[in-house]
Amino acid sequence: MNKKFVLGIYDDEDVLLTAIENIRAAGTKIYDVFSPYPVHGIDDVLGIKRSRLPIVAFFCGLFGTSFALWMQIWMLGFDWPMIIGGKPHISLPAFIPVTFELTVLCAAFGMVITFFIVSKLKPSLRVNVFDKRSTDDKFVMAIEVKEGVTDLSALNNLLRTNGAIEVNEKEVVK
Amino acid sequence: MTEERLIISRKTNNKFFLMIAIGVVLLIAGIIFMAAGGVADHGEGHGEAAAAGHEAASWTKRLFVNLWLNNVYFTGIAIVGLFFVAVQYVAYAGWSVLIKRIPEALSYYLPIGAGVMLFVFFLGGHDIFHWTHDYLYNQYLEDGVTPNPQYDPIIAGKAGYLNTPFFLIRMVIFFALWILFFNWLRRNSINEDINGGTSYYHKSIRISAMFLVVFGISSSIAAWDWVLSIDTHWFSTMFAWYVFASWFVSGLAATTLTVIILKQNGYLKMVNANHLHDLGKFVFAFSIFWTYVWFSQFMLIWYANIPEESIYFIERLSGNNGKYTWIFFFNLLINFAFPFLVLMTRDAKRQMIMLKIVTIAILIGHWFDFYLMMMPGTMRGDAGLGFIEIGTALIFLGVFLITFTKGLTKASLVPVNHPFLEESVHHHV
Repeated sequence: MNKKFVLGIYDDEDVLLTAIENIRAAGTKIYDVFSPYPVHGIDDVLGIKRSRLPIVAFFCGLFGTSFALWMQIWMLGFDWPMIIGGKPHISLPAFIPVTFELTVLCAAFGMVITFFIVSKLKPSLRVNVFDKRSTDDKFVMAIEVKEGVTDLSALNNLLRTNGAIEVNEKEVVK
Repeated sequence: MTEERLIISRKTNNKFFLMIAIGVVLLIAGIIFMAAGGVADHGEGHGEAAAAGHEAASWTKRLFVNLWLNNVYFTGIAIVGLFFVAVQYVAYAGWSVLIKRIPEALSYYLPIGAGVMLFVFFLGGHDIFHWTHDYLYNQYLEDGVTPNPQYDPIIAGKAGYLNTPFFLIRMVIFFALWILFFNWLRRNSINEDINGGTSYYHKSIRISAMFLVVFGISSSIAAWDWVLSIDTHWFSTMFAWYVFASWFVSGLAATTLTVIILKQNGYLKMVNANHLHDLGKFVFAFSIFWTYVWFSQFMLIWYANIPEESIYFIERLSGNNGKYTWIFFFNLLINFAFPFLVLMTRDAKRQMIMLKIVTIAILIGHWFDFYLMMMPGTMRGDAGLGFIEIGTALIFLGVFLITFTKGLTKASLVPVNHPFLEESVHHHV
């Protein structure tokens, strides 16, 4: 299915931020904004909610801690008890470094893998680039056109009055 | 950018004086209790001690150790203020400009710290430091033939470094350098407010870089001298880091707490959740760093289990009739587990209430950390946690707050001509 987008091209960060605010205030839904570099405060004006990835990291870390402790206590305490340095079989201080490392490893890997899955990043991923200049020196704001609902000329006006230097239309194959 | 002057009302100042007055009353009450019978503060005390063949510690000893403990703790916070500002300069940091006057003012305690430290060492040096006793160093008694039963070959072997003149020279040099660098950096900072321009900034970076080298060496040696040498036989290569970590996280907590209190009283209008977030991250990170150093020191000694090393932890864990056991674990709980779990989320670091609770806990916790470093080596089983401890701590806190707030009022809270001020105002994380 083809989707049609209106692209507003901006060349100034501050103009872009106010434009996003005004356009959202006018009731238009913004599909996405593409920028050559991270813009401070753009998440807030676009109304993007904070990522829940830290929660994943916490539970992955918790898993790492419990797994490491369980592994060492079971292996060295029950499955194959060994006397090392005259210490008791289960001696917590000796387990702490491994526990720490596994906590960090599980939290980091868990977070990265979850991020890949949630954002559908996989080798076969194809990404539509709306306007190649968004990788160079322009900001591109994409607004989805709904057949029969969106008033194209009004949208064009809205974008231009809010500082867009160009307004283009683009059709993308989904 | 507008100036912001802090005004400390007479009422607030009176509160600080009241704090000192309460401290003095508690201290005197504690001393009277102890001199009169000694049972009030340290439970099992006398009978047992006499039976074990040694005299229970006198109240003067306890007082001197307490003075030393609090002075090392507050001097640490004071010098960390300067250290923090220096790090910010050298790192070309922009975010911290709005709050930099607060750590800067912490260092106003340094001259008092120097005075108290010299004073306590002259009066109570023998009570705090075992190595200051001359008899330890003579292999033979006065006749030159009879072996001296009190001769301590280990301590005598350290005499080249651990002797009173050299100890005093080091102490005086460190304080002189710290105060010199503090005045230098502070004068630059205030002149920048008046005259503007970037030349002060560049000069401050050079001063800071020099200070960091000085601080790296002097803070380590100070930790060995003022804290480690209490347990003269014992040694640990991690110790300088350990004391530094404790000082640094306390200094950061003091800075953060002051920022919050000033903000709640209507000052620091341009400081927002983003600055608090960064301060919170500092507190969070360095309480973990402290734990890391603590554990590194503990685990190596625990694993090797060499008597001359592990005695230090035995004294604190099970020795001295288990007197320090609860503090040993409380130390880890309040300085690691509590800040780690509470400050983990982003929201907790951006809310004043959470940060306030955690920084107060850390400040109390690291006082206990120093208590645990100093008491077992000096007071042994006779250490207490009563009127004398609370009274002394209150007196020092009051004096510290008076000098600190007076320092804060001496200049605008906002460094109006700092070249990175604008960046700090728009700081966003």
